[in-house]
Amino acid sequence: MSYLYSIGEYFLMIKGVFGRMTKRSVLKELIFKEINELIMGSLGIVSFISFFIGGVVAIQTALNLNNPLIPKTLIAFAARQSIILEFAPTFISIIMAGKVGSFITSSIGSMRVTEQIDALEVMGINSLNYLIFPKIVAMLTYPFVIAISMFLGIMGAYAAAVFGGFVGSDAFVTGLQDGFIGFHVVYAFFKTFLFAMILATIPAYHGYYMKGGALEVGHASTTSFVWTSVVIIIVNYIVTQLLLS
Amino acid sequence: MIEVKDLHKSFNGEEILKGIDFVFESGKTNLIIGQSGSGKSVLLKCMLGLFKPDQGVIEYNGKAYSNFTDEEQRELRKEIGMVFQGGALFDSMTVEENVMFPLRMFTKQRKKDLKNRVAEVLERVNLTGSENKFPAEISGGMQKRVSIARAIVNKPKYLFCDEPNSGLDPKTATVIDNLIQEITKENDITTVIITHDMNSVLEIGERIAFLKDGILAWKGDKSQIFKTDDKTVTDFVYSSNLFQKVRKAQQQGM
Repeated sequence: MSYLYSIGEYFLMIKGVFGRMTKRSVLKELIFKEINELIMGSLGIVSFISFFIGGVVAIQTALNLNNPLIPKTLIAFAARQSIILEFAPTFISIIMAGKVGSFITSSIGSMRVTEQIDALEVMGINSLNYLIFPKIVAMLTYPFVIAISMFLGIMGAYAAAVFGGFVGSDAFVTGLQDGFIGFHVVYAFFKTFLFAMILATIPAYHGYYMKGGALEVGHASTTSFVWTSVVIIIVNYIVTQLLLS
Repeated sequence: MIEVKDLHKSFNGEEILKGIDFVFESGKTNLIIGQSGSGKSVLLKCMLGLFKPDQGVIEYNGKAYSNFTDEEQRELRKEIGMVFQGGALFDSMTVEENVMFPLRMFTKQRKKDLKNRVAEVLERVNLTGSENKFPAEISGGMQKRVSIARAIVNKPKYLFCDEPNSGLDPKTATVIDNLIQEITKENDITTVIITHDMNSVLEIGERIAFLKDGILAWKGDKSQIFKTDDKTVTDFVYSSNLFQKVRKAQQQGM
């Protein structure tokens, strides 16, 4: 029953976010601030993880290709498919649920605990719009992060496969182009967009409606990470079933 | 002026406010006192529109809050200043940005004019020179003064203060009390203050509502509260050792 209540409360929150809008000049400033904190601030860790995981995918594939009848171009093919279809959109989003999601929950939760949200409400400001709308808009640029992740993942795979001596550069590029389906990129960016909305709103919900003190802010961050990850995994399954099967 | 008539509010079946009637007059410091759990904060939040009363009326200058349209409620909120117990300053903003916030949200003044108004208000609360500091870099007393500055910057008609001097040393608490009283007089504001602090009652208690278990148990002013024989009130007023000794001394004619 409490789950149903929370789901209802979540959708009412979304409605409230798009209710009375904050003054445009203030909102513009907040959006740029959120892009800086949520998106630009994540580029470093996303780049690092993407490059090295791309490399690991290539090495693992290469080491498992024992049959001489299977062409080495498969290393690039497998790396490309796994990075574009799953690793960049889904795996990075789970990481972002930990990084960005926890940040959103704890920052909004701290504002709740210290009555800053009450202060906004007393002033007649729609606190949901003021706090969450800029985060949603900022997360619209999240596919840009995933595009970088895809690119660096494939670069990592190239570096590991070519400089590791598993395959030649030409063969890798051939494998990369082999059997390329454009729709897979569309699928990846479509689910990235959904994950972006999940990453902005579920942690915001857990922060906004938290009760208690500083300890509960920590609990809310953990709960938010768990639920954001669970919803991402479920949505990933549904979207894959609907678009690819 | 704010008038509360027969106000009731319950949470989970437990009645917190049991029919409060009180008039909060303009140009005066109206204090709500009482023990923890007596319903003071709930009353304040009902008056602010953060809680919807189950029964009863809250009138702002003769008009019931429940009859306000959404637009009228928004307009009314622009006329309200609130000093929260913990200050509720925005951590990510400097002192100047915090004080400027209501002006930025609700007025269309040029930045230079905004800065001038903020400087004027900060000077009023003796915080000139702290403009670029963040809330974490200033003391609790200064935070309270920033909170007062933010509450009055937009020239409110109503000022609500939730325990404005809790956690402050007696000297700073007196400074805050006097500041609130001066601002109230200067601008003819309806000021509502929640407090536990009997020193505040002694300093600025022009109109006092004493709540006990959700009921308005007594009302009067600071000259009356120390003379009343109402046991409910005296138990609260003389609960501190200092006031007990003062009373004993008075009774002994010292």
